[in-house]
Amino acid sequence: MIDGGLNAYHLQYLLWGALWTIGLSLIAFIGGGLAGGVIALCRISPIKAVRWATIAWIQLIQGTPLLVVLFLCYFGLSIMGLELPGIVAASIAMVVYVSAYLGEIWRGCIESVPRTQWEAAECLALSRTQRMRLVVLPQAVRIGTPPTVGFMVQIVKNTSLASIIGFIELVRAGQLINNSIFQPFLVYLLIAILYFAICFPLSLWSRKLEQRLQFGSRAATPSANAT
Amino acid sequence: MKQENMTPVVELKDVHKRFGSNQVLKGVSFAIPKGQVVAIIGKSGSGKSTALRCIDRLEIIDSGTIQVCGHAVHDPAIDLRQLRQDVGIVFQSYNLFPHLTVEQNITLAPKAVKNMPAPQAREIAARTLKQVGLADKAQAYPEQLSGGQQQRVAIARSLAMEPQVMLFDEVTSALDPQLTGEVLRVIEALAEGGMTMVLVTHEMEFAARVADTIIYMHEGKVWETGPGDMLKNPQTAELRDFLSHGL
Repeated sequence: MIDGGLNAYHLQYLLWGALWTIGLSLIAFIGGGLAGGVIALCRISPIKAVRWATIAWIQLIQGTPLLVVLFLCYFGLSIMGLELPGIVAASIAMVVYVSAYLGEIWRGCIESVPRTQWEAAECLALSRTQRMRLVVLPQAVRIGTPPTVGFMVQIVKNTSLASIIGFIELVRAGQLINNSIFQPFLVYLLIAILYFAICFPLSLWSRKLEQRLQFGSRAATPSANAT
Repeated sequence: MKQENMTPVVELKDVHKRFGSNQVLKGVSFAIPKGQVVAIIGKSGSGKSTALRCIDRLEIIDSGTIQVCGHAVHDPAIDLRQLRQDVGIVFQSYNLFPHLTVEQNITLAPKAVKNMPAPQAREIAARTLKQVGLADKAQAYPEQLSGGQQQRVAIARSLAMEPQVMLFDEVTSALDPQLTGEVLRVIEALAEGGMTMVLVTHEMEFAARVADTIIYMHEGKVWETGPGDMLKNPQTAELRDFLSHGL
């Protein structure tokens, strides 16, 4: 270590870390989304036991810090003889965490579709699965898109916790660089800018979706009185 | 089905229904023969909408029996999807599916429930839309239509399943008088076409003109029943009182 300045190699390393942050975010969102969909459906299941088990699961995850879930997946499972690489342990923890939150968000979206829509579909002889698939879910998806995109911002930022179990994403990459050049302000400022560059477009997108949704319902009112 | 012409399409016997401590139906009985139009009138809270909803098992009765097109509606083991293919219902609030076009609203159930191929379902949509006078609105979304138009689409959507009996639950209550007329004309044309129908309505003049039988409900009971012109000559003080107050 001669002159301890920030060089191109460091920047490349940071960008590499940012890519892993995006990668872990995608894993968390896709895996958590699939599991969250199942959780949302179980949460409104007609079977009471399924409903209660799902509520218990959601409460357990939402009442636990993500950091602890990460430790459980990484250190806990390794004590039980399951030695997992950082990326796998971090992925499992993120998927578990995201599924509990997305499940609850989506459950709310499904339940905000008016009961009369269920009833109308029921009176047309549609089965429960058909009512859900053809009538309720398409409307719930429309309601659920803005909060879902908004939650993606939380996912991206929360992947930084994976640095603690040694997974080299954006924050961990920054820590390693800082250990060699000792310029914490510069390094963490760069990290902050990179996080912002990932999250801000998502926030913008979420706001745009929200506005479109509001505009849709506002535009519907005058035209309903027309003719 | 021909030899069943004598048995009523809808038959309620001593039907009781309570919501919590509120006894809404206190032994309601009536029968509707094939091709007949029955109008149920009465104050709000008289149980008329509940009686109608019980016919389609949207409410589950506490005691009594309901037979609809050969289905024992009071039986917990009933095949609901079979019942609902025979019974069409139209609601006060239309309840069209907002994410689907008018045509998709109508073709949804024939395709999903009867496995009808798309071209055939579209033909039925075109036919029922013509029947309700909205042939040109197939590609519109519900929010682009007036209340009266939406209600007529809801009627077309029910008709597309070719039900044996149609139920109308205060279908014009949310509409202003001008739009009410266009919906009532559609119902009247259905009556002339021989459809078996039960209407819960506040339109007295319409009920008197179109219905073969009028049922006046009061405090959860069938209070007075008779042909269309019974409204000119009420037998009970309650019906007289009800008619003189408009609603």
